[in-house]
Amino acid sequence: MTGDFALWVYLSRTPLLWLTVTLMVYAVADRIATATNRHPLANPVVVAIILMAGVLKLTGTPYATYFDGAQFVHFLLGPATVALAIPLYEYRATVIRSLAPMLAALLVGSVVALISAVTLGTAFGIPHDVIIALVPKSVTTGVAMGIAQNLGGDPTLAAVLVMLTGMTGGILVTPLMNLLRIQDMRARGFAAGLAAHGVGTARAFQVNEVAGAFAGIALGLNAFITAILAPLAVTFLR
Amino acid sequence: MIVSFTLILLAQLVGEVLARATALSVPGPVIGMALLLLFMVLRDHWSGIASRVLAAPLVDGTLERSGKGLLAHLSLMFIPAGAGIVGRLDVLEAHGLALACVVVVSTLATLTATALTFVAVKRWFAPGREP
Repeated sequence: MTGDFALWVYLSRTPLLWLTVTLMVYAVADRIATATNRHPLANPVVVAIILMAGVLKLTGTPYATYFDGAQFVHFLLGPATVALAIPLYEYRATVIRSLAPMLAALLVGSVVALISAVTLGTAFGIPHDVIIALVPKSVTTGVAMGIAQNLGGDPTLAAVLVMLTGMTGGILVTPLMNLLRIQDMRARGFAAGLAAHGVGTARAFQVNEVAGAFAGIALGLNAFITAILAPLAVTFLR
Repeated sequence: MIVSFTLILLAQLVGEVLARATALSVPGPVIGMALLLLFMVLRDHWSGIASRVLAAPLVDGTLERSGKGLLAHLSLMFIPAGAGIVGRLDVLEAHGLALACVVVVSTLATLTATALTFVAVKRWFAPGREP
């Protein structure tokens, strides 16, 4: 075994390499985002995922090997979700004052997300079992996979569609809100969290802390209400 | 920071236990979020007792700083799952283009409906008053 190869064997067996690469890719993506003044197209989630997938492809690294290192980063999603309580508590006065608009937007937004997925899916001639995986696409991954599975859809497909929705929402939310001339950061953040779960919330936090706080609430509430409404939306398929 | 992180993990752990025990469709970390919120409400309600009983990092703002530090890098945490998704784009199969169209249009519709409803109801409740 040559020296170089022995080094590679060592590195590929410890989590150190892929954990470091994940952090480096994020640092690069974040640097690109700040250099472009947080341009929506330079969304760090999207850029980092593309870079990371490219590195894995070029090095021929199996995803399982990569995830051994990256799982430490993935794990932090849970604690970060819990930490959403902190901005929520800090802006509690604003949140309580906005209770009526929030609840109305929650109901309308989640119904539009569900109905538009079902009707557009049907219009585009997508088979019913694929539409079922499409239905919970605005909800955070874990819940969306559960909903898809309960309704008889493919949870892996649901996870892919959730991630695509998150990236789409993260890129489109700022230009769309500017186009609609909505300046209220509460409305903008709430829409981002409702339509594009955590990826939208990450975008909201980069724009404004109030937007981030409202995105976090929307993410939590929409997971709850979509789980209740999704079975009803699917009945429209029959 | 360690004490703050312990509390956050504890909230998540209790949240996961509750989510499983009650078969709620709410994810454990979201219940954990509600528990952490409850903790902060109670802490500030009985601030006198809290500052004497609780560890200093939980009352002096360290908890808030640690949590916000985590949230500032929320984008980072989507990389591992996202990189896996790129490898599974094959599940989109023949419907790739149609699915992409539905995702984009439906997301635009959802964003628009949510934000416009928020603004409309806000104006309805407090006409003429802009924040």
